[in-house]
Amino acid sequence: MSEHIPAELHYTRSHEWVRDLQDGQVEVGITHHAQEALGDLVFVEVPPPDRRLNAGEACAVVESVKAASDVYSPVTGQVSASNPELAQKPELLNHDPYGAGWLMRVRLDAAAPNGAWLTAAEYAKFLETSAE
Amino acid sequence: MPYIPHTPDDVERMLAVIGAQSIDELFDEIPRNLKSAKLAQVPPALGEMQAARLLAERAARDGRPLNFIGAGAYEHHIPAAVWAIATRGEFYSAYTPYQAEASQGTLQLIYEYQSMMCALTGMEVSNASMYDGASALAEACLMAVRANRHGSSRRILVPRALNGTYLEVARAITGNQGLEFEVLDFDRRHGRTPLAALQARRGQDYAALVVQQPNFFGNLEEVDELTDWAHANKVLLIGVVNPISLALLKPPAEWGVPLDGHRGADIVCGEGQPLGVPLASGGPYFGFMATRLQHVRQMPGRVVGRTADTEGRPGFTLTLQAREQHIRRSKATSNICTNQGLMVTAATIYLSLLGPAGLRRVADACAQRTAELVHALGRIPGVAPAFAGPRFHEAVLLLDRPVAPVLAALAARGIAGGLDLAARYPELPRALLVCATETKTTADIEAYAGALAEIMRTPQAAHPAAREQRR
Repeated sequence: MSEHIPAELHYTRSHEWVRDLQDGQVEVGITHHAQEALGDLVFVEVPPPDRRLNAGEACAVVESVKAASDVYSPVTGQVSASNPELAQKPELLNHDPYGAGWLMRVRLDAAAPNGAWLTAAEYAKFLETSAE
Repeated sequence: MPYIPHTPDDVERMLAVIGAQSIDELFDEIPRNLKSAKLAQVPPALGEMQAARLLAERAARDGRPLNFIGAGAYEHHIPAAVWAIATRGEFYSAYTPYQAEASQGTLQLIYEYQSMMCALTGMEVSNASMYDGASALAEACLMAVRANRHGSSRRILVPRALNGTYLEVARAITGNQGLEFEVLDFDRRHGRTPLAALQARRGQDYAALVVQQPNFFGNLEEVDELTDWAHANKVLLIGVVNPISLALLKPPAEWGVPLDGHRGADIVCGEGQPLGVPLASGGPYFGFMATRLQHVRQMPGRVVGRTADTEGRPGFTLTLQAREQHIRRSKATSNICTNQGLMVTAATIYLSLLGPAGLRRVADACAQRTAELVHALGRIPGVAPAFAGPRFHEAVLLLDRPVAPVLAALAARGIAGGLDLAARYPELPRALLVCATETKTTADIEAYAGALAEIMRTPQAAHPAAREQRR
């Protein structure tokens, strides 16, 4: 498996990743591939705590010098935290997309089904096929 | 860039390339019933000489009345140098140019304009201008809905003492995007927005509160209290201001007391026409908009920034473009992709020529002339100021009779006496909005007062126009 696609995470076709925090919450960010495609990020807008999100809903914006892109929530739930560092240091997303560059944590709705997630292997395959 | 019209041959060749029979075919998407086969009201084309003569004749019908009408567009002295410089070939363009960075002079001018608007309003960042004051307010309301992160409300509080045209335009532009406007009545004694009306709405969800300073009646609102109410209730404050008045009044960035490290209006907009743009039958004018740095990505319109090139030399560039529609497509902050370049050029030159002291003299003179006017007219039997309290350069007078025939009688004497408020404010059926800027002399004011006194001496019933009004 590529070092840029950690095996323990889940992925979406719109290039978000999901980390299960094992306490009813997940952490969400954008993948290495996404940050690389966007280039140097200059601005990140994350949703405010307590905002309700539906899976597939545009919930954050990442902006580089030449492009801006929406981030879609992979889950349904309520934002429990958003990364406070990103307002001042958007470059964290470029340097450490799976760690310090996390976007938000979401408390999952027990009843709501998750979106269609990919495993690391499936996401790697998806990147390969979409590159062709 | 040369202007080269297409010849019929060019047109035919281009149609052949794309496989179309005629130019009309390119417009097939437009339903037939929306197309007009003939424009009966539009006469055949005139030559330049005939057109110039026709327009001169029409313009002459306006006459050259002594003007005391304000109501959103204001007659100011424009130094001759303003338009002599603005119409130089280097400046003479209506738009932000394509390949903007190739036009460093134009970008520098816009940058200077933005800096001046920031200095006037006290705000941190200004855009390169909007179409006019009314559309700037509409955009400010949309921006407030995007920027207010405390809720998802699309409701906006607007004072009834706001310029009614602005509200109509804001409703027209934002209606299909689900914005709702809730109107706050004015208090009859002071003609301004009472804080009590807001207290009753505490705890309800609004995106923004609009405050116009001075308001449509020329009165000064209690901007500090209104701003504090907005911020205490997590509502953004949109200030609509007259740029000339800012030479005298507290800048919107300083309204209210600091809360969570912030004070003042969140978004400031207004009509730029008073800054060197002639009345010109209603346009073109320009709107301005400024905000806090915190909200800059939600601000519509272009922004020119100062930067350094690869050799460290200063230069100017369009900045923050990622939020615009050529990059963000349907999710763009707005569809405003240009600005009122020529009007902004005039305003920048106007402000440069006057300087802070000159602008202050203009504002002082406006306030003083209007005070004189209200005093002179208020002494006439049957005429009284409608509202108590401080004002800038407009005032509402109450007459003892309907206003329309009085204005008609004044017009017959060469005086444009003000705006009859009856249509916009049925609750003020005999109210006249008057304005005196620095362009009015004491003799002008005496001439107006003399004419009005004479008209008001005529008993109402005997006045032919008044009888007509009653029928």
